[in-house]
Amino acid sequence: MSVDATAPGGLIDRHVAFVAALRGAGLPVSLAESLDATQAMAAIDLRHREQLRAAYAAAVVKRAPHRATFDRLFDLWWPPAIGDGEPAYDDTTGDEAPDDADPTDNETLRQLLREALRDVLLSDDDEAIRRLARQAVTGLGRADTQPGRQSWFTYRVLRAMSPETLLASLLESVLAGQERGGLAEKVARQMLAERIRKFEEAVEAEVRRRLAEDRGVDNISKTAVKPLIDQVDFLRASRDEIAELRRTVYPIARRLATRLTAKRRLGRSGRLDVRRTVRASLSSGGVPLTTIHKPHKPHKPELVVLCDVSGSVAAFAHFTVLLAFALREQFARVRVFAFVDTCDEVTRFFEHGDDVVDALARMSREADVVWFDGHSDYGHSFDVFNQKWSDAITPKTSLLILGDARNNYRAQSVAALRSIARHARHAYWLNPEPRQYWGSGDSAASAYGEVMPMIECRNAAQLQEFVEGILPV
Amino acid sequence: MPLFTSPDDVRVRLAETGYLADDAIATTVFLADALGKPLLVEGPAGTGKTELAKAVATAADAELVRLQCYEGLDEARALYEWNYKKQLLRIQAANAGEAWEETHDDIFSEEFLLARPLLTAIRRADPTVLLVDETDKADVEVEGLLLEVLSDFQVTVPELGTIAATRKPFVVLTSNATRELSEALKRRCLFLHVDYPDAEREKAIVLSRVPEVPAALAEQLVRTVRTLRALELKKAPSIAESIDWARTLLALGLDTLDESTVGQTLGVVLKHASDHARATKELGLN
Repeated sequence: MSVDATAPGGLIDRHVAFVAALRGAGLPVSLAESLDATQAMAAIDLRHREQLRAAYAAAVVKRAPHRATFDRLFDLWWPPAIGDGEPAYDDTTGDEAPDDADPTDNETLRQLLREALRDVLLSDDDEAIRRLARQAVTGLGRADTQPGRQSWFTYRVLRAMSPETLLASLLESVLAGQERGGLAEKVARQMLAERIRKFEEAVEAEVRRRLAEDRGVDNISKTAVKPLIDQVDFLRASRDEIAELRRTVYPIARRLATRLTAKRRLGRSGRLDVRRTVRASLSSGGVPLTTIHKPHKPHKPELVVLCDVSGSVAAFAHFTVLLAFALREQFARVRVFAFVDTCDEVTRFFEHGDDVVDALARMSREADVVWFDGHSDYGHSFDVFNQKWSDAITPKTSLLILGDARNNYRAQSVAALRSIARHARHAYWLNPEPRQYWGSGDSAASAYGEVMPMIECRNAAQLQEFVEGILPV
Repeated sequence: MPLFTSPDDVRVRLAETGYLADDAIATTVFLADALGKPLLVEGPAGTGKTELAKAVATAADAELVRLQCYEGLDEARALYEWNYKKQLLRIQAANAGEAWEETHDDIFSEEFLLARPLLTAIRRADPTVLLVDETDKADVEVEGLLLEVLSDFQVTVPELGTIAATRKPFVVLTSNATRELSEALKRRCLFLHVDYPDAEREKAIVLSRVPEVPAALAEQLVRTVRTLRALELKKAPSIAESIDWARTLLALGLDTLDESTVGQTLGVVLKHASDHARATKELGLN
């Protein structure tokens, strides 16, 4: 190919604009890395799209969580096809029937595409899935938004294709007479669900590509990017996002534990270990070249977590409690109390490294946290805690209270909270609400905030920051 | 002198050593070699990060020099160290008449230098693959040291002068991401995230590592492992564990994977009691 890369709209411009879009989406791409990417492009075969993707990823994506964002933007800026078409360099002509169908007859087209989808989902061919997604979007995804204006919709395509309704017949084919309900079905379901998700993702990507062709890549890039999972707001997380968050608990805990241990070790070194120093000096003729110190006895605080598990903030409380238990090696002891309008100890559900999902379900089923009407009542919960478990708080305790402090205009019992907090070594309140809403409406955040420091903790990133920076271990 | 000519060349030659690379791995390895940059490989445990370095060394017919990182790793273990004991002996054994200058020059010579992995890799004239394993386990100061060595490929020993690489080694750093490596180090490296492979590649890997296992069983096994990975587990099964599982089934003479065989051998892939319980429940194993 003899294309002038430096011409306006050429390869260099495209590269610069792509890097700018990556930066816009929050990937820290330095100039050096951008240059690396261009060098990499020179070294590979540009006609091979997956090589180009790998080359860019190697040079500019340096954190695994950024990869999803990168892939979306890459698909927009380096699209696999233009318009309705097959890739220009792909000489296998589309032999699928839908091409011949009369595009005006939507129902026939739909049936043909569904047939094709059924076949594609049974084979494990990513390229076929993508090709079918392209045909489906071309055929079914376009709609008039207003006279003379058209747009593309994922929802229309997925509703018309409705891959889930194919599941029963697909399962039948995959299982081929094997017993239903057992392991074989579970495995088959998982496999099919995976492929259906692939198809849905391909449709979404295809719709974004068509939109980008109509309205310009820049405009679509800005809306195409989802926030990173550790930036997702606890109060607004969807069910899928919460499940994904829970998966990150153990990696986060491992990372935090490493950092906390390192921090603890960094302090002054222990007393000189005379015996081992002298012993070591014997191998260098009695000259003590290296001195050996006794390790420090680590100071481990007890952690008491008091969390609101009412509907609105449950996701936040669950995540934080799981994190506390995943980190329990960093503490002498972890005790957790849950409340809605009264308070109960729930440590027993988490203690033995039990299964996460089970523990959460059992906690909400068995713990005695509702006393009156099941709406948050911080005041009564603090009173109960103070009466029953005030001995849980000792001068070694770090106390964490989790909740949005929305008290439904009930009595606040600030005195009870003050007495709880007074006995603790440290006390912090983590609030998942944005700071600007604190104290508005039924929020008692300002009253409680005077008793103990209240910290905004809206997403996993802020929670990590708190554990690492403030929590005294 | 590059070790490889194209990404396809990488793929073919790695496959000859038994390492099945996908597009991303092959391209990134090729680029690391072509651009002369260190390759930082990150990903969950047991996905073949260290194996990749070994495979590259075998494929390129190069010597593998390995620096295993751990907490408290320091310059003396990573770069070089003077052999104090030998120096002490030399001084004590010196003739009374010998001038201090002579002794001084003598004890700071090649003979008393203990080369550690980084220096060894830089001084080698033959093709070398330098593997810095589990970089995230080392302290932050070691990253500073690596930075210096990996950007210029030279080491300064004050008493001897600067030793520059005659031939740049192919550098692979691995990390389990237990902590974020510094931006500066990442900037100098090409980055490769190795994740669990797709079903087809995993099957091929199992078959290449355990050739005796029937293809149908391998397929079943890989699908089951993928189902396990989709559950909320503390530790998802890795490729290494898939391979172990295949070996186990083979050793037990089992040729299908049904509820009872999975139940009996689940311990090979799941290492936490709670994960075990969860899988048993979700997959209806008893």
